[in-house]
Amino acid sequence: MNYAFDFGWLLDYWPVLVKGIAVTLELTLVGGVLGVSLGVACAWARALGPGWLRPVVAAYVELIRNTPFLIQLFFIFFGLPALGVRMGELEAANLAMVINLGAYGCEIVRAGIQATPKGQFEAGASLGMSRIQTFWYVVLIPALQRIWPALSSQIVIVMLGSAAVSQIAAEDLTFAANFIQSRTFRAFETYFVATLIYLALAIALRQGLRGLGWTLFPKRTAR
Amino acid sequence: MSEFTTWDIVRNLLLAARWTILLSIVSFIGGGLVGAALLFARIGKRRLGQIFVKTYVELFQGTPLLMQLFLAFFGLGLFGIDVPAWLAAGLALILWSAAFLTEIWRGCVEAIARGQWEASSSLGMGYIQQMRHVILPQALRIAVPPTVGFSVQVVKGTALTSIIGFVELSKAGTVVTNATFEPFKVYGLVALIYFCLCWPLSKSSQILERKLNVAHRNH
Repeated sequence: MNYAFDFGWLLDYWPVLVKGIAVTLELTLVGGVLGVSLGVACAWARALGPGWLRPVVAAYVELIRNTPFLIQLFFIFFGLPALGVRMGELEAANLAMVINLGAYGCEIVRAGIQATPKGQFEAGASLGMSRIQTFWYVVLIPALQRIWPALSSQIVIVMLGSAAVSQIAAEDLTFAANFIQSRTFRAFETYFVATLIYLALAIALRQGLRGLGWTLFPKRTAR
Repeated sequence: MSEFTTWDIVRNLLLAARWTILLSIVSFIGGGLVGAALLFARIGKRRLGQIFVKTYVELFQGTPLLMQLFLAFFGLGLFGIDVPAWLAAGLALILWSAAFLTEIWRGCVEAIARGQWEASSSLGMGYIQQMRHVILPQALRIAVPPTVGFSVQVVKGTALTSIIGFVELSKAGTVVTNATFEPFKVYGLVALIYFCLCWPLSKSSQILERKLNVAHRNH
């Protein structure tokens, strides 16, 4: 192996990388917040929603969980314009991430909701809480607290999966890496650095979500 | 210019799906073998082995599969090998699957109560005997549903190999779209084929979980 590694391009191209990181983070933030919200709404619909809505949500969840993210992305970006739904690459990327996380989030949150003992619904009702109040305070918040670690890993997985949005020309970190390697022909070094950045982002995101969990759900003393 | 019937599209996609299936099987089995080797290092007594596997898992679970594919593709090229896409795809997917499978299986081994280790060692069993007769038979039972579930991730993961130029179902979808200009239909069909591959796996994972979990159901 006589190949001289050269990371000199980093000096010239770091603004491209920074911009890519910003887009990846923005996609993750929007996808995370809206995706988790969609997941919670779907979990409610499947567990307690009206009868006609349950099979619809179940079909959505199965469909998303059993097809690759890349194909969902292509379908939204290339396929939907045939129906007259046109959007830019960032909107398409965001939409795909929200839909994807929504399906996984639904299953995770539902698992948390199902772990709520039935007596707690009745206890809520006997305290004079409305159905919505019972759902929010008695079911949802403890459920989210219970499944927060699983939800956090899923958000990290979605962030890492977002590397695929470069394929519809959304200018994320992978897109930046592709751009740099096409200019410098330093493919291995470029992707190596991009991979390290992703690793750092994943670790930071995981820690951040853990901290967020502590603030959102301060430890309760008695169960 | 020739016209494409729906059947032409479906036939071409199905032909390409063979490569998706082949790559999935190779990655899953290869990943399983590497994962098993890593598992023994992870649950073994040597500190160095544990740290190595921990780092390995962290690296592969903390970075995008797409980046791993790029690094395999361009990294192997550094050694002066002319890397075909299938080789880079297979290698990256095997290493990636191994990281996840080893972590799944570690959870299963650790789920076996500590007392089982102590009881078997008090019977004078050595490490290998403990593994062979006490721990693994129980751990395998818990491990089957999540392992089958993970195979769905492998099938979906193969879609990314289209990006480094391996011609499987996703790549065929792009090629056929470029020829027919019918992205809605083509990507819809591609999604449908993936669904037909993955859904039976997901479903059987759920069924197995219910069946194999009989002993622990009424807690």
